[in-house]
Amino acid sequence: MKNMLKVQDLWVSVGDRKVLKGVNFSMEYGEIHTLFGPNGAGKTSFMMTLMGFPKYRVEQGKIYFKGEDITGKDVHERAHLGLGISFQRPPTVRGVTLKKMIEIIADKELIKEEISETVKKLNLSGHLDRGLNDGFSGGEMKRSELLQLMVQRPDMVLIDEPESGVDIENIALVGEAINTLLGKDKVKDQKRGAIIITHTGYILDFVNTDKGYIIIDGNLVCGGNPRDILSEIKKHGYRRCVECR
Amino acid sequence: MPISTSYLSDIKVKAEKAKEKKAVFGPDIDLSRYTQHIERGRIESLENLSQQAKEAAIMTGINIKEELRSGSYFQIDQSVVYESLNKAYEGKLEIMSTTDALNRYDWLEDYYWKAVPVDQDKYTAQAALNMTHGYFIRVFPHQKPQYPVQSCLLVAENYVSQNVHNIIIVEEGAELQVITGCTLSKSGAEGIHLGISEFYVKKGGKLFFTMIHNWADNFHVRPRTWAVIEDDGSFVSNYVLLKPVKSIQAFPVAYLKGDRASAKFNTVVYGLKDSYIDLGSRIILEGKDTRGESIARTIAADESVIYARGDLVAKTRDYCLAHLDCRGIVFSNKAKIYAIPQLVSDGALKAELSHEASIGPIAEEQVEYLMSRGISKDDAVSAITTGFLNLDIPFIPEFLDKNIKEVIAATAKEAL
Repeated sequence: MKNMLKVQDLWVSVGDRKVLKGVNFSMEYGEIHTLFGPNGAGKTSFMMTLMGFPKYRVEQGKIYFKGEDITGKDVHERAHLGLGISFQRPPTVRGVTLKKMIEIIADKELIKEEISETVKKLNLSGHLDRGLNDGFSGGEMKRSELLQLMVQRPDMVLIDEPESGVDIENIALVGEAINTLLGKDKVKDQKRGAIIITHTGYILDFVNTDKGYIIIDGNLVCGGNPRDILSEIKKHGYRRCVECR
Repeated sequence: MPISTSYLSDIKVKAEKAKEKKAVFGPDIDLSRYTQHIERGRIESLENLSQQAKEAAIMTGINIKEELRSGSYFQIDQSVVYESLNKAYEGKLEIMSTTDALNRYDWLEDYYWKAVPVDQDKYTAQAALNMTHGYFIRVFPHQKPQYPVQSCLLVAENYVSQNVHNIIIVEEGAELQVITGCTLSKSGAEGIHLGISEFYVKKGGKLFFTMIHNWADNFHVRPRTWAVIEDDGSFVSNYVLLKPVKSIQAFPVAYLKGDRASAKFNTVVYGLKDSYIDLGSRIILEGKDTRGESIARTIAADESVIYARGDLVAKTRDYCLAHLDCRGIVFSNKAKIYAIPQLVSDGALKAELSHEASIGPIAEEQVEYLMSRGISKDDAVSAITTGFLNLDIPFIPEFLDKNIKEVIAATAKEAL
């Protein structure tokens, strides 16, 4: 099967700092990959580079999405091609309400009732008339991010630390929303590819992923079963990964 | 019976003394340049206005067919050309020129120049000495017209000084909405508009006032406004300026005289070209349990200069609450915004006054966030900008609301 995403020898800088150093990565359609790594290792940089944020300057290498070279494309072009992102800490946009955002980005095939149902399910009905992320709690932000992706319906999603800032009670709700987004809760639903960054691994109690990778100092150092990797990290931290390189 | 001549004489004497008095804020204008006087006849219907005048009026929210309006007042330069009252409101509401009202009601002595000080500056003096009408609107006790009254103060010729004196009285328990459009029908006209506005909201009354200003590059504007609000009364003022102006300076005051009275100012300003804009709002909280809120959204583009002032003055010995929220975006390296919030507690031990003021660019981070959802950069900027300025003013025609958003979006696209 053709790769949904393929990254070749990717070198990226932010200002004078090299944040990715020759990353090679690929995933097939509908696969869900998990990315582990210590703080500052390059997890978010990898995701932001895939999405095309200009601050992340590609020095070398290529990114192919659904067979197309997207290395030179800007953020909104990549979104149009079917890439979506859930931010770890999305910015507050006071003037644009969640409702307005949904109206603008919703897939035209989605009917209003489906959207309303999703809003209710994510417990965000009371947030529709508020500015994006304006005074939202950690859990509300994550649910708002996932709601936007659900109505946008991209082919592949990048989810940055879905459990950060979310209390234990709400992690299940976020996990359930991710499963819905990825088409995991119904057999007939379209399966979306995903890369999920997790720091604590809590989200893996709710979402099954196919492969796991560890990123250290701007490079992917090993891959395998995500649960095994998490178990190793819990036992030995990332120290062994550094030694293992 | 007309207002007493002795009262009018006193006003003139005070005005004469202030003829050369410069205003505290804003560039000083040589009023001797504006001496053109044009008398115009009445028209039967707003449909009979010239095409230019109609178009200008429509852009300030005026409904030419008078649909969904309780009544209309239309003035061109120094002449009242049209007044009307929806038949449904006869005996409930009255609309006429202030000149006619002064000739009819001697009790207007209690309102005319009782809120705005006639000797405040040379502009109030000029308006008193050479008044050229203005509207008088009074809603009778406990009447609540469903639709707004519309008024348009239009300048059509060069070198005109339009000196209007507007009085609105909302009697006890009554409610009124007013949309006022002040505009030019000639985009290049040079002149000045002096607008004295005295609003009185009696016990339990409500006044919802919206003003849209559409001026042009060579035009000066000096409004002087006071609203006096009695017990349980409320006053909401929406002000929108989205076109260039040579200079405008205004600092409207809401005087919360009665207990539990409230006032809210919403100000939306888009500074274009070399406009000099000095606008503010002052809320004086004198009654107990009074509430005030002042929200200003300003964008400075091109070479515009904007002063966004806001004063909250607490004078009550009892509880009162007021907040000031002033935010600005600078779009050009030649534009300036001065945000000047001021909180004053005059022995008001229980007053809670607060403010937040900020000036900054449109955050690139916000634009990119919207782009990551598949929105183009232009559309992202305009969504953020229109959202920033959005006031959701009721009774503004949909096309006008859309037009306001398009004007904002068109300029916003060039900003990043």
